Amino acid sequence: MPEPMGFFTDTTVCIGCKACEVACKEWNQLPATNGGLNTLSGDSYDNTRQLDGIHWRHVKFIEQFSPDRRQGRWLMMSDVCKHCVNAGCMEVCPTGAIFRTEFDTVVIQSDVCNGCRDCIAACPFGVIEINPVSGTAQKCTLCYDRLRAGLQPACSQACPTQSIQFGPISQLRPRAEARVAQLKQAGETQAALYGTDEKMLGGLNSFYLLMDRPEVYGLPPDPKMPTRNLKPSSLWSVLGTVALGLMAIVSFRSRGRDDV
Amino acid sequence: MSSTLFTRAPEWRWLIILYFFIGGLAGGCYFLAAMMDMFGRPSDRRLARLGYLVAFPAVIMCGALLTLDLTRPERFWHMLVQSGTWRPMLKLYSPMSVGAWMLMVFGGFSLLSFLAALKGDESGFGRLRPPGLLGAVIAILGGLSGAFLAGYTGVLLSVTNRPIWADTTLLGLVLLVSAASTSAALLLILGWESAPGGGIRALARFDSWVLVLELVVLVLLVVSLGSVAALWLSAWGALLVVGVVVIGIVAPLYLYWRAGPAHADSPVMGAVLVLIGGFLLRVVIILSSEMA
Repeated sequence: MPEPMGFFTDTTVCIGCKACEVACKEWNQLPATNGGLNTLSGDSYDNTRQLDGIHWRHVKFIEQFSPDRRQGRWLMMSDVCKHCVNAGCMEVCPTGAIFRTEFDTVVIQSDVCNGCRDCIAACPFGVIEINPVSGTAQKCTLCYDRLRAGLQPACSQACPTQSIQFGPISQLRPRAEARVAQLKQAGETQAALYGTDEKMLGGLNSFYLLMDRPEVYGLPPDPKMPTRNLKPSSLWSVLGTVALGLMAIVSFRSRGRDDV
Repeated sequence: MSSTLFTRAPEWRWLIILYFFIGGLAGGCYFLAAMMDMFGRPSDRRLARLGYLVAFPAVIMCGALLTLDLTRPERFWHMLVQSGTWRPMLKLYSPMSVGAWMLMVFGGFSLLSFLAALKGDESGFGRLRPPGLLGAVIAILGGLSGAFLAGYTGVLLSVTNRPIWADTTLLGLVLLVSAASTSAALLLILGWESAPGGGIRALARFDSWVLVLELVVLVLLVVSLGSVAALWLSAWGALLVVGVVVIGIVAPLYLYWRAGPAHADSPVMGAVLVLIGGFLLRVVIILSSEMA
């Protein structure tokens, strides 16, 4: 049995080249937006804009500029499915299309998915979308086919700065912690890991080194499992059913003898 | 900032809004019909019959709406059977999975009661309705699965990570209570001419109580949303207050209350408004999160 594998993305060395996006599209044969028409975002150098059914990697450009544009910085982060140890998408999927692989990654089987879109609503990170070509929900597979063949994922292989590092989680975590310590020693006090804490969905098999608050990168500060609401919601509904039943009994029972 | 604001909308739109509305009516009408059959007067059977006649066609429409909403409708059966292994596909912790099964279960019971209501007591199908033992068992199980159908949709919304939906645990209760009020209203309208009498008055009384309960639950819903309720400081909030609360709850309560010889048709007008309010409630709940 292989050990859990994943990505450590060190955003401090990402240069925004988008080689990972291209490699992902090439390997997974994902179509271009609008059939390849040149569509620009209009307000950013990032024209991908989001992860979705045909973008399984997305290099985010967080462009922080002062109003007079004299001061500014760019944060760059190659975003991807987090391959959560406790995966909300897999939990709610009613067809069993989403499964956990032997590498502890999360994969959607396109031939099983029927496009109910429950996983889209359940994903805490907004990663999943419908691929318009297949009509099914799709996202990063962490190159399951390549992993089975003993290769590393296309994105991490293409990354020229080692911002995306692939490997066993047991090796990636100490490496990430050492990198944070190094950055803090150099005065970068905001450097922090996102997704290594097992309190966050059991730990993310794709985790990040960030230089600002998670929200700045478009990451939820406190992602949770969708089923946290299942028991209380169900209990309220059961109580409601009992209350409505009693109200109906009283309504139909207690009326005057002549009220037929 | 709520973490639900970082997620993506599943694009559940008008087909799902319609499903929530019609599903609520199907489950609610059956539930009320079963209660009338078991606890009402013999004269209420005409009214209960209408409930069974509504429930089955409505649940068929539900299945069609849900199938059409899939991006791969031809694979609707993957909800029930594992493609490849042919084993049953059921996840007790996935509301959509349980809901798909319960739609089938409720469909079965509502078909039996529909046949009983259609063929009448003279035929053999009459035994499928209370007061006999077989009829009582069908009414109880059908009524419970109907209540499930009416309420699980809200639980399903809460078992996601979307804003508003996953920020409260009260949506199941809200939609259940609304299903009860809209179903009572629909039966009142359908039975107004064909089954007048004490049953109709009992329905109007029941609907008044349920509308008051609905108002209380809606206030609790807004409170439970906390800071996320700010999303309703918008056109959605206005629609909730004007469309759902004023038109769909307060005005019908008044119309039910003033019913009398001078305002004979007042309850029917009230019931029509309850149906409009119930539909708008689902529009607000679904679209305000979809567009957040």
